[in-house]
Amino acid sequence: MSAARAELAELAGREYAYGFSTDLDTDFAPRGLSEEVIRLISAKKGEPDWLLDWRLGAYRHWRTLAEPTWQNVTYPPIDYDDIIYYAAPKKKAALSSMDEVDPELRAMFDKLGISLAEQERLSGVAVDAVVDSVSVATTFQARLAEAGVIFCSFSAAVRDHPELVRAYLGSVVPYRDNFFAALNSAVFTDGSFCYVPKGVRCPMELSTYFRINAAGTGQFERTLIVAERGASVSYLEGCTAPMRDEHQLHAAVVELVAMEDATIKYSTVQNWYPGDAEGRGGVYNFVTKRGRAAGARSKISWTQVETGSAITWKYPGVVLQGDGSVGEFYSVAVSAGHQQADTGTKMIHIGKDTRSTIVSKAISTGHGQNTYRGLVKMLRSATGARNHTRCDSLLIGGDCGAHTFPYIEVKHPSAQVEHEATTSKVSDDQLFYARQRGIGEEEATSMIVNGFCREVFRELPMEFAVEAQRLLSVSLEGAVG
Amino acid sequence: MLVVDDLHASIGGTEVLHGLTLEVPDGEVHAVMGPNGSGKSTLAYVLAGRDPYQVTAGRVLYDGADLLAMTPEERAAAGVFLGFQHPVEIPGVPTMYFLRTALNAQRRSRGEEELGPVEFLALVDAKRRLVDMDRTLLDRAVNDGFSGGERKRNEILQMLMLEPRLAVLDETDSGLDIDALRVIAAGVSSLRAPNRSAVLITHHQRLLEHLIPDRVHVLAGGRIVRSGGADLAAELEAHGYAGLDDPGVEAFPVSTATAR
Amino acid sequence: MNAVTRPATARRPPSGTDSGLAAQILDRASEPGWPPEPGWLRAARRRAAAWVEDHGFPTTKHEDWRYTKIDAALAVPMGTPPEGAADGGASVSVGDLVGPHLSGARIVVVNGRVVPELSSTGDRLPPGARVEALAGALQRLDGRLEPSWLWRAGDYPHALRAMNDAAAVDGVLIDLPPGTVVEDPIEVVFVAMPAGQPSWSHPRVIVVAGAGAGATLGETYLSGPGGPAVTNALTQVHLGAGAQLAHHVLQGERTDSFHFSSLEARLAEGSRLSSRLLATGGRIGRHEVDVVLAGKGADVDLDGLFLTGTGQHHDNPVLVDHAAPGCTSRQLYKGVISGDGHGVFNGHLVVRPGADGTDAAQVNKNLLLSERAEVDTRPRLEINADDVACTHGAAVGQLDPDALFYLRSRGVSEREARAVLVSGFAHEILERFGSGPIRRRAEELATAAGLIVLDEDGRSSGAVTAATTRARRGGRPQ
Repeated sequence: MSAARAELAELAGREYAYGFSTDLDTDFAPRGLSEEVIRLISAKKGEPDWLLDWRLGAYRHWRTLAEPTWQNVTYPPIDYDDIIYYAAPKKKAALSSMDEVDPELRAMFDKLGISLAEQERLSGVAVDAVVDSVSVATTFQARLAEAGVIFCSFSAAVRDHPELVRAYLGSVVPYRDNFFAALNSAVFTDGSFCYVPKGVRCPMELSTYFRINAAGTGQFERTLIVAERGASVSYLEGCTAPMRDEHQLHAAVVELVAMEDATIKYSTVQNWYPGDAEGRGGVYNFVTKRGRAAGARSKISWTQVETGSAITWKYPGVVLQGDGSVGEFYSVAVSAGHQQADTGTKMIHIGKDTRSTIVSKAISTGHGQNTYRGLVKMLRSATGARNHTRCDSLLIGGDCGAHTFPYIEVKHPSAQVEHEATTSKVSDDQLFYARQRGIGEEEATSMIVNGFCREVFRELPMEFAVEAQRLLSVSLEGAVG
Repeated sequence: MLVVDDLHASIGGTEVLHGLTLEVPDGEVHAVMGPNGSGKSTLAYVLAGRDPYQVTAGRVLYDGADLLAMTPEERAAAGVFLGFQHPVEIPGVPTMYFLRTALNAQRRSRGEEELGPVEFLALVDAKRRLVDMDRTLLDRAVNDGFSGGERKRNEILQMLMLEPRLAVLDETDSGLDIDALRVIAAGVSSLRAPNRSAVLITHHQRLLEHLIPDRVHVLAGGRIVRSGGADLAAELEAHGYAGLDDPGVEAFPVSTATAR
Repeated sequence: MNAVTRPATARRPPSGTDSGLAAQILDRASEPGWPPEPGWLRAARRRAAAWVEDHGFPTTKHEDWRYTKIDAALAVPMGTPPEGAADGGASVSVGDLVGPHLSGARIVVVNGRVVPELSSTGDRLPPGARVEALAGALQRLDGRLEPSWLWRAGDYPHALRAMNDAAAVDGVLIDLPPGTVVEDPIEVVFVAMPAGQPSWSHPRVIVVAGAGAGATLGETYLSGPGGPAVTNALTQVHLGAGAQLAHHVLQGERTDSFHFSSLEARLAEGSRLSSRLLATGGRIGRHEVDVVLAGKGADVDLDGLFLTGTGQHHDNPVLVDHAAPGCTSRQLYKGVISGDGHGVFNGHLVVRPGADGTDAAQVNKNLLLSERAEVDTRPRLEINADDVACTHGAAVGQLDPDALFYLRSRGVSEREARAVLVSGFAHEILERFGSGPIRRRAEELATAAGLIVLDEDGRSSGAVTAATTRARRGGRPQ
């Protein structure tokens, strides 16, 4: 056992494979937050007045709020005046083709395994890449436009489709929603926008890669996806950041709107830098994600694999408004080293015969702390609503923690809610069985843990599932108990 | 092949094996029979290296090497296979994937080339026919929702895939119908070779009607109390364990014996 | 970060503080009839009252009171309740309320004070065992009871708990020397008799069981007419190594009463506590359980059944803290919510670092029987050791339509069929009240609350009509 403990200690110091930083010529806003900084961001982006006013409204509201403390994570106070709220790679002029993307930037994405040019030619996945706060390249625009799908950076959407942005911005996550949503609404600099018109099935997976690069910056991106009646879209999100000693704040907002019979599938593989062996550095990932299943029989599905970040604080939820609408949440969260994750979902059932499914798999190792926090709420109008929740936690090593905090609130007698949860270590019997067949302890552990997560992985698009399994194995390296 | 010499083993501070001695030469199939609680499963687990079982005295040589010094996976790679009495479920891990990982892990540690997907599929398909196992079971997670019989077939399938030099089958015959019993007997027989051996641990003689052992040992009270040829099994079946005429057995658990 | 959070960290809620409360409570210590108190007790009361002043009463902003609003209870004056059995003028007497004596010791506590005329400590207690009024014991044993007041001092989960430290004057002490086993159930009946003078009372029960001691304790909470009464009771249980306590709580107060109770238990090595709750009464009933498994191999078994009807609110916060290795715990709480009732289960399971070999299960199941019924359930797990097997489950649903139809097809009316199914749901808990007089009392209470009670053979005990009985026997209606 003691050898295994030593390995556990080593685990905390595992190498973060994405920890390079790229020397990009970057345009910064001055440190700190004030109305002037917000005006500056808005002016740099050439935004219309209504958007500046909305930002200022959010900022003024944010000033009245206190940072939340209820989540089961601890971190030193964040100095919001010591953050750079706008950092953009400098570019000469608007790009007319992929070939004009800064070569340094392209080299960076190559290292991440996202060669934008290759992506465009080979994989058939449309990619929007966001570095620090600004969208730098969006591929496949032409082919998507043929289908009528708008997929572009948030800034471009404000410029080219202001009526759409104005109609939906803040309609799912109003800036009054919470502290970090208010902050994001005040200072968000870019992100992705996607609009799928009536009856259109988006012809390819859409994908955004988020990268924090510059030191001392926060990343505040905003994603808005609207699927009109009968439309469907599958969207992937990947995240990395360089290794830095200080913490970096990532406070994103994602809003999804699904109309009648529309389907939105949103998948995340989050691998922000988790910090070093002593818990120095690493990204604070404080994110608000919510979908509104507005139309009858609409469906919103969240799948997340969270292996990175020093602290993760996110509850991708679904407001099930349309009758017969469906909400799903599939999650794998890994807390190794000194990582802390407080994550889960909110399923708010309003419409009749609404259904939600929650599958959460949490893995804690090293000194990691993992909390599932989930709300299932059945309102008085939710006749015949159903929820099934399954939360399993796996502990590897004796210094970590796994916590399950469900909130189930039911106001309708015909609603049915079932919640099941288990917490255990990797079973000795399973481990021995695999080892008896000749599989080494580490490989056997990794295999069993992957099996534990399989229900979630199979919800991911193929290439993401492979990536997720690989990340999980990396996270578990040396975590044999 | 296998030499067990004065083996003492305990679990949770209670000694279960009190000086067990057993020798299985190359190419032979031996049966170890005994009543419940005699230490049969403990013997199987100790040979495979299960964690909470502690060897307090004695030694086990496998091809002359100290088996007890090896980790479970080293034993497996060296060719020791344990057919479990109660095979565990491993949710989410497809049987096919499990088999391939196991086979290639063993091949790697023996310095052999890993088997590619095509060769592997061909091999697994041939073997699963031998044990009459449904193809769809292989896509399900290991033993997940398998019936008792399916689990045992899965054990034999794994044995055939891994081609061990020493197979230890712990009550593999318990709770099986006659067809399944024949499948298991055929599986073990197909592996019979001058350089392979098997130890069949069983409570009943049923399996031995289909699979004639070279030697039969009676395990009682944590020791081998009697050894003989294949006919000893029939004798035990007819007279029960209590009918053994062995004055040297003090710790003989008469209360657990079957009918006289 | 690794510090385990207690269910409630002391935070100052914004409202509810009755300023000058400490003074008010301490003033009472000079009332005529209040017995002289040891110095440590006065000091403990002062500290507890100061804590209440500092922290205020819990509001729904407080995580553990999220679903339970107690403003209406706080509106009841906290002054001295009417003295003892002063039931003159009330239409119901205490004697009528408490009913016949069971076989063992019985103490009747009215408005927080023991009524000697209605109590008998029993002559069948084994040598050395004592069951006595707490007020007397506080003087006689003096410092021996101080640890009970220090148990949560300064670290109160909420103001109501602190209030009991500040204001409890009487109750029951059950003192069992090592090895003593009390065969007959010890019965404590708490009666709130406002008799036109609504007020609070703060009774307290302390059980000290030495190594290997054993007993059965039944607590019954009732209230009389004459305005809202608030009972703020505390039961503290210290189990020595290998000690055993079977604890049964019946809460059947009037639906204009407010009932707050806490069971605090600390279990030493190899000890065993089983505690059962049946709650049918109260406008608000909050039945808190806080068990620390402090010694290796301790075992706790908790069950609750709450029958929550119109105008009622039942909250069941249950904390089980695995602080030692090899302990087992099991929780099964069931709620039947009807009318516009509101049921809450707030389970919390904590496994501390090093508590390896923990085996814990927590289950909450609820039936919602009407359009306006509500239930909130929070089965929480907080696990900081890896060699554990912990499970929890929660379910909210309605009666199984297939089962309803099956019964109706056998000639049972819908109303009766529903009643039979509800009683089947509740039966699992009721049967854990054993087979003695406490079980009978539990069944009476459940029946009074409208539940059909089935006996061991699955037959109803009187409340079901012949049609149901016929259906159960497989016969057809005529």
